[in-house]
Amino acid sequence: MSDAAEPARPGGLDGPGGLDGPGGLGGPARDPGLQPERTRLAWQRTALALTVIMLLTVRLALTGPPAGSVFGALVAGVAVLGWGATLAVCWRRATGTGPAPGHGRALPLVALATAGFALLGTLLAATGLG
Amino acid sequence: MWQAIRRWFDPRELRSVGSTPDYRFSLANERTFLAWLRTGLALVAGGLAAAQFLPPLPLAHLREVIAIALLLLGGTVAVRAVDHWARTERAIRLGEELPASRFPAVLALAVGLGALLLVAAVLARAVGDP
Repeated sequence: MSDAAEPARPGGLDGPGGLDGPGGLGGPARDPGLQPERTRLAWQRTALALTVIMLLTVRLALTGPPAGSVFGALVAGVAVLGWGATLAVCWRRATGTGPAPGHGRALPLVALATAGFALLGTLLAATGLG
Repeated sequence: MWQAIRRWFDPRELRSVGSTPDYRFSLANERTFLAWLRTGLALVAGGLAAAQFLPPLPLAHLREVIAIALLLLGGTVAVRAVDHWARTERAIRLGEELPASRFPAVLALAVGLGALLLVAAVLARAVGDP
């Protein structure tokens, strides 16, 4: 076992120019609750869930009831574009979480995107009723 | 209603009341919103999966009805999440009581009831057609 001691890291685990911005090296004491990091991870989990939704929507549009129709292809395209735009919103917010947050419009935008996917799925499932 | 929707998208209006709280409270509120959003995304994923992975059920269109019910529930959860986030943010800024809500209880009962119905359907099928 090496007895090399853990090097002192005055700025906390995040190091110089730390992930937590002003809370990093030389700044005020690091937030012991790691709130910005937890929030960033929560955004990443949400983006991951959104990706699963997009894939399921595309699969349903291309292999489900409207398979082969213009409507199915259109819904698949809308799903991919909407996913890309929402992921960009998630990314911007995830990198901007910090002690001086400006959540802007990210929260209502991802909520409406989720509702939009629910609507797309409802349209796709409803074509199976006909 | 339109006023409420405009309010979600206007961060300046949200910041115009009360005083800026400790950023950790805002981030905690944001993470709670994201947890609700993922709950909504999980319901939407369930609906999309039901529409494409369930075999056709003996009752006509039961599969589509299950899928659409889950999708609409997921969309509702997402929209409610952003409304609750905005009301909580406002209460934190004004130093008021956090908004109370019956929604979690209603959602839990609805999901529990749905699960019980499905268990009954599976049992009925197993008994009726061994």
